[in-house]
Amino acid sequence: MINFIPIIESRSQPSVFINILVPIIAVFLTLLTGSIIFSLMGFDPIFALYTFFISPISNSYGISELLLKASPLALIAIGLAFCFKNNIYNIGAEGQLTMGAIFGGGIGIYFHEVNGFWLLPLMIFGGAIGGAFWGMIPALLKIRFNTNEILTSLMLVYIAALILDYLVVGPWKDPNGYSFPKTRPFNDSGRMPLLFQGLRIHLGLIITLVLIFISWFVFSKTMFGFQLKVSGFSPVAARYAGFNQNIIIYSAFAICGAFAGIAGLGEVSGPIGLLYRDISPNYGFTAIIVAFLGRLHPIGIILAALIIALTYLGAEDAQLFMQIPPAVGFVFQGLVLFYLLGAEVLINYKIVFNKKII
Amino acid sequence: MNDILKINSITKTFPRVIANKNISFSIKKNSVHALLGENGAGKSTLVKILYGLLKPDQGEIYFNGSLLKISSPSEARKKGIGMVFQHFSLFESLTVRENLILGIDEKISYFDLKNKLKDISSRYELPLDLDAPITTLSAGEKQRVEIVRILLQDPQLLIMDEPTSVLTPQEVTNLFKTLDALVKEGCTILYITHKLEEVISLCNEVTIMRNGELIDSCSIKNQTAETLAIKMLGERLGEIKTDYSHLSEKISFKVNNLSAQFNDPFLTDLKEINFDVKEGEIFGIAGVAGNGQSELMDFLTGENTLINSGSIIFNGKNIETFNPKNRRDLSIAFVPENRLGHSAVPELTLSENILLSQFPNNNFSNYGIINHQNIEIYVDQVIKDFNVVTPGSDAKASSLSGGNLQKFVIGREISSNPKLLIISHPTWGIDAGAEFSIRESLINLSKKGTSIIVISQDLDELFEITHRISVIFNGSLSSSHKTRDVSVEKIGLLMGGHTND
Repeated sequence: MINFIPIIESRSQPSVFINILVPIIAVFLTLLTGSIIFSLMGFDPIFALYTFFISPISNSYGISELLLKASPLALIAIGLAFCFKNNIYNIGAEGQLTMGAIFGGGIGIYFHEVNGFWLLPLMIFGGAIGGAFWGMIPALLKIRFNTNEILTSLMLVYIAALILDYLVVGPWKDPNGYSFPKTRPFNDSGRMPLLFQGLRIHLGLIITLVLIFISWFVFSKTMFGFQLKVSGFSPVAARYAGFNQNIIIYSAFAICGAFAGIAGLGEVSGPIGLLYRDISPNYGFTAIIVAFLGRLHPIGIILAALIIALTYLGAEDAQLFMQIPPAVGFVFQGLVLFYLLGAEVLINYKIVFNKKII
Repeated sequence: MNDILKINSITKTFPRVIANKNISFSIKKNSVHALLGENGAGKSTLVKILYGLLKPDQGEIYFNGSLLKISSPSEARKKGIGMVFQHFSLFESLTVRENLILGIDEKISYFDLKNKLKDISSRYELPLDLDAPITTLSAGEKQRVEIVRILLQDPQLLIMDEPTSVLTPQEVTNLFKTLDALVKEGCTILYITHKLEEVISLCNEVTIMRNGELIDSCSIKNQTAETLAIKMLGERLGEIKTDYSHLSEKISFKVNNLSAQFNDPFLTDLKEINFDVKEGEIFGIAGVAGNGQSELMDFLTGENTLINSGSIIFNGKNIETFNPKNRRDLSIAFVPENRLGHSAVPELTLSENILLSQFPNNNFSNYGIINHQNIEIYVDQVIKDFNVVTPGSDAKASSLSGGNLQKFVIGREISSNPKLLIISHPTWGIDAGAEFSIRESLINLSKKGTSIIVISQDLDELFEITHRISVIFNGSLSSSHKTRDVSVEKIGLLMGGHTND
């Protein structure tokens, strides 16, 4: 009897084609699973998927909202790529984002009566410094005390959130704000200029694109990008090459923190215009998914950020029009990551249907 | 019916290579049968098939006259086939006793085990200290543990994979005594090696493989080292002669009283190490692995700079605090023992691996921006000059065979025209063709005035290429001897820790 039994066999070389195909397979399986979930919940799956993924971006306002959400996600994710490429698991981007918003926003609050072209650049710089500062803490702890950066960077997220909490109900509270937990608004010159009249998308998108381009250049053309890669693959080889591991670790954390900090500042000086408790809908955590979904590659990260931003918008629309719980958006994010990691096996392995005589 | 094992047209292919091509031969009961071939000849694949680690694509094996069907080593052991690997699979932090118990498949009472051990130890001259942790044992003692572990299961066929590669000459003699005793008791041994002398002194039959094919399977009678070498290598290699004529008196590199303590049971402390190397000289450091070579190498390359006392001087300059990059800036090149993950990153392409070691005259990068063009020129030159077999400079380092990758790494370092080359185990685990070309390129480099330090445990190699030789034992370095004035026996004794001077 001849039987066809699938066997997983290692490829002699990783497949480039599959490397590109993997995210597509993951998205397709996510949609398939999503439609099953919608059916089980009693919704028409086609209509639900349409509401989730098509209707949010069917007009220019929708596209602007999509880019508004995708921009910080992509910026944080490319920053995370600096860490992840080096096998540093910084999962505290959310805290670095918060600290960037505090530093940059603090400058905005201090100069709330000043109108100057220099104010916004100064705030952006402040945001970068704040995020980088918060990112350097786990780096320092890792280098000096060999602590696990996953734990320390995560714990610092909550510290940053509590500091922001304290500031907006305490010293930085808006004196004219009827005791709401928020600060006074920034001067108009401290706000991100809008790119199109009537749409919320702002200068932050341009900053994101420029920084992603610079990151691509660093990854592929510079010694620093090479050092990140080598010490990620093999710390022993990096030491043999004479690369200073500590400098690499500090730099990766500082760059990631700075990017997250700029993203945070972009949020508060963009659509929000002041500081309050919930400045970020977990962008810092979601960006981890974006970074891996985009395979740590700049183009991939841009595409992944768009897809994940869409799940945010879709969840809002689905709640509004179909009373689907907003948590379904997170289910989709989880599904994408799950299928992505599963499909990754195909890059280095192939499935062979062997003729076998039993 | 006196064949214990009959191999019938075994074929095994891997992506891009045919490891075994239609191999057929048989092994006589109660004999020592040598499987001879260079690295990469397909010996390891064949024995992995015999031991149930790999499945052949075609062909079958008959063991004691019946078809052998196994899919795992534990099934192989149950049928009576045991194997001692080249690289030990022992738990370093556990004791000998614990390792032996862990290696047994079936249940056995503690008392029975003890008796059995006593019996095996005395019968085959395999003394063991059951309570010693593995990490405190020498390579020879570790091997003894491996052998005893296999003998506990009463194998009829014992496969030994390059057992002497980590042993001192004296330990080799003891191993051969044990193997003799085993054969007298009725055991059959399949002995895998690429060392001709061992085949002649130990074995009755020999099967020679080359490039995955069977070349010959015959009795050892009427064979000499010469005839076996021709069968194994296919072509006759030239002979290398060391030449003392170009040596200068100028000392270029000097290590003074270097000491280091690690407070780590897995590392060997270095004690007052002194040596110097002249321009154009090849200086050999012999020793059995684990006597402080890798620790010393780390200090010579600058990967570790935390020495307790002493100094390292290169051309009059103290460099003990320099990191590897700073040392390369002085034209010092290094080839550490491990290729994968140390001197080369397997996941990166050859072009990228070139970037790992940058010398001042390379111009691989300007102001931190990589100059891919210069790298391509350099990598193509290395591939051409050192006959690296590879589809191209964009191939991943992991896709190269061990010998080719080593040629590539050594080529990368030599092409920078270093003033000093420090190289550890240059031909470890690579085939004779690559071995010859690497040794030749080292000699040619020394003739250009480069000082070379070779750390190796391959005495043939050291005697072939070095001008002077020292032995490292337990973290101390012996005084040096002119290689042409010292005997292999003397160095062998020093390697085993016998100091009589």
